[in-house]
Amino acid sequence: MVVEKPSLETVWGWLHAVPDPEIPVISLTDLGIIRDVQWQDDTLEVTVTPTYSGCPATTIINLDIETALRGHGIEKLALKRQLSPAWTSDWMTDAGRAKLESYGIAPPQPAGGPERCPRCQSTHLEKISQFGSTPCKAQWRCTDCLEPFDYFKCI
Amino acid sequence: MSTANIDPNKGDLFEFLCRMGDNTLVLGHRVSEWCGHAPVLEEDIALANTALDLIGQTTLWLDLAGKVEDAGRDADRLAFHRDVWDFRNLLLVEQPNGDFGQTIMRQFLFDAWHLSQLTALMESSDAQIAAIAEKSSKEVTYHLERATDTVIGLGDGTEESHRRMQNALDLLWPYVGEMFVADAVDEAMVAAGIAPNPASLRPAYDTLVNDVFTAATLTRPESDFGHRGGKSGKRHSEHLGHMLTQMQWLQRAYPDATW
Repeated sequence: MVVEKPSLETVWGWLHAVPDPEIPVISLTDLGIIRDVQWQDDTLEVTVTPTYSGCPATTIINLDIETALRGHGIEKLALKRQLSPAWTSDWMTDAGRAKLESYGIAPPQPAGGPERCPRCQSTHLEKISQFGSTPCKAQWRCTDCLEPFDYFKCI
Repeated sequence: MSTANIDPNKGDLFEFLCRMGDNTLVLGHRVSEWCGHAPVLEEDIALANTALDLIGQTTLWLDLAGKVEDAGRDADRLAFHRDVWDFRNLLLVEQPNGDFGQTIMRQFLFDAWHLSQLTALMESSDAQIAAIAEKSSKEVTYHLERATDTVIGLGDGTEESHRRMQNALDLLWPYVGEMFVADAVDEAMVAAGIAPNPASLRPAYDTLVNDVFTAATLTRPESDFGHRGGKSGKRHSEHLGHMLTQMQWLQRAYPDATW
């Protein structure tokens, strides 16, 4: 039983600790998909936007948010889906981008392709496929170290 | 789009939303039939991801259709419990996969229309439709880019790939016209500022596909004759029913099964 409503800052902190189910090295707030957190009377309202409309992780993400917040004693919770403005990879935080790269996934670039190989930093790269292991990624290869790697698509 | 805000007949709006959702549903299912069968692994993944985007968009469109209809049907109910004559998709998207070239040509012909339709719908007087269009257009931009590159690569490829792409174009071109023919539902959507007049999208479509066919060394068929009957539901091709027996079998055999 929560006697006092936790501050929004506290709630954002909790959400920051919830990992993305498919790329657990970054959190949901790193990904930029939590658009708003508000108290509506005694109900905590969390607004989430999907990365891709068919991304199967979306339902897991909602479940993870709910589990985390319930674990912190939130009893009245409402999850809202927001489609517009549509999610863009620009909303990913700098910390999130750095974590992606050290995990081996090249972060999104406005130019439409990876800046460098996340393993050896070479800029000699080639695209293998416009799609990858999840809707948000494409497959590239480094022509120096020859390692294939995932590139987080810029949308 | 016009700023007129005549409240459309609920039935017309429901029809329109089913057309959008059934296009993505039927094409999404068709493309998913490739899963595990594509010529190379990268293409298999690309097709599966494209199908996933389309099915995701379907959920958005058909859920909204269900809300507008207000008869207790959600996206799943609409997808799995309607019969052929209730589907409102274009004839193009229900055509069988054929070979890989035919699948890619069908995708290109649809994506080129789909993106311009979604771009226009982003200005819709209906905020929910505009939001779905905004979300979908990002995904479809990517689909069109890939389909364009692949049509050019295969059309201007080997003798065999060129022949297959030209055959695919000749086979599928008669299904293009239906996308641009307006009926009473379209007219109601235009009057309400909800959707563009289908015919208004044709000039830009022609310019785009002509450029791509030129780059792909493909010859556009001379006749623009177009089969009709998909989006009205009056005359689907025989292929849709066969597809539905696969897509719907579980809900038909075990109604309302969940997991």
